[in-house]
Amino acid sequence: MAEYNNREERADPPKSKRAENADRNDHSAYCADLEELQAVDFALVELTLYLDTHPMDMQAVQQFNQLVQRRQQLAAAFEMKHGPLMQFGHSYSRFPWQWVDTPWPWQV
Amino acid sequence: MWIYEKKLQYPVRVSKCDPRMARYLIEQYGGADGELSAALRYLNQRYTIPDKVIGLLTDIGTEEFAHLEMIATMVYKLTKDATPEQLEAAGLGPHFVNHDHALFYHNAAGVPWTAAYIQAKGDPIADLYEDIAAEEKARATYQWLIDYTDDVDLQDSLKFLREREIVHSLRFKEAVEILKADREQKKVF
Repeated sequence: MAEYNNREERADPPKSKRAENADRNDHSAYCADLEELQAVDFALVELTLYLDTHPMDMQAVQQFNQLVQRRQQLAAAFEMKHGPLMQFGHSYSRFPWQWVDTPWPWQV
Repeated sequence: MWIYEKKLQYPVRVSKCDPRMARYLIEQYGGADGELSAALRYLNQRYTIPDKVIGLLTDIGTEEFAHLEMIATMVYKLTKDATPEQLEAAGLGPHFVNHDHALFYHNAAGVPWTAAYIQAKGDPIADLYEDIAAEEKARATYQWLIDYTDDVDLQDSLKFLREREIVHSLRFKEAVEILKADREQKKVF
């Protein structure tokens, strides 16, 4: 617990005006990058459910695979900038372990 | 297995603290036709449904958990800055004395979630018809919720969820047709 508190202190030093502005810019960049990924992921969810009942639609499978590739690029770029999206070995981490960092989705 | 992804399926923004709306939204969290019921219903039915529709039940059941997280985010954001007095004025006094600001799986009237809300008959047509009905009931609930708020940010997220119910219902109807066609084919031989 003490270690966790240290991390919190390190993450939240007293903020200057400049630091507050930087935070705001980080937040809007985070939201913009996230929305780009959410848009592609939405198309992939839609295609997945469609293909579950239309497995013989070759064009849809091609579109699906193209978007998978785009999704991988976007997610890799997002994770480099903002930290891991998934765990149990599906995302890399810098040191110290980044998974525990905020924001969690409901805090954005 | 399941792997968590640290992002919402669709953005959730709210323009004000509104515990009254949070109280009603809880219907889709722990209510009979809510997202928890949906996720658990489909992910339980899938073990005994014909192979041709297991993928669909798995994927829709998984998406429901993403919707559950969106509803939780709405409720969290709408109540996090509310004082106990504001919660009480919104009718959330009974919730507050039991749960403080924590979420809980109950409906808008405070009735805890129960497995009695969902069914698994082992009859694929009966199960899929229940799933179609569940999606239509959830769609109707989302419509009443949209009508109940003037918060355009909240309405945007709720409209996304309402549209997902329509797509899920459509896919389940297609699944019924797939199973019927399969059954007809088997009769020929």
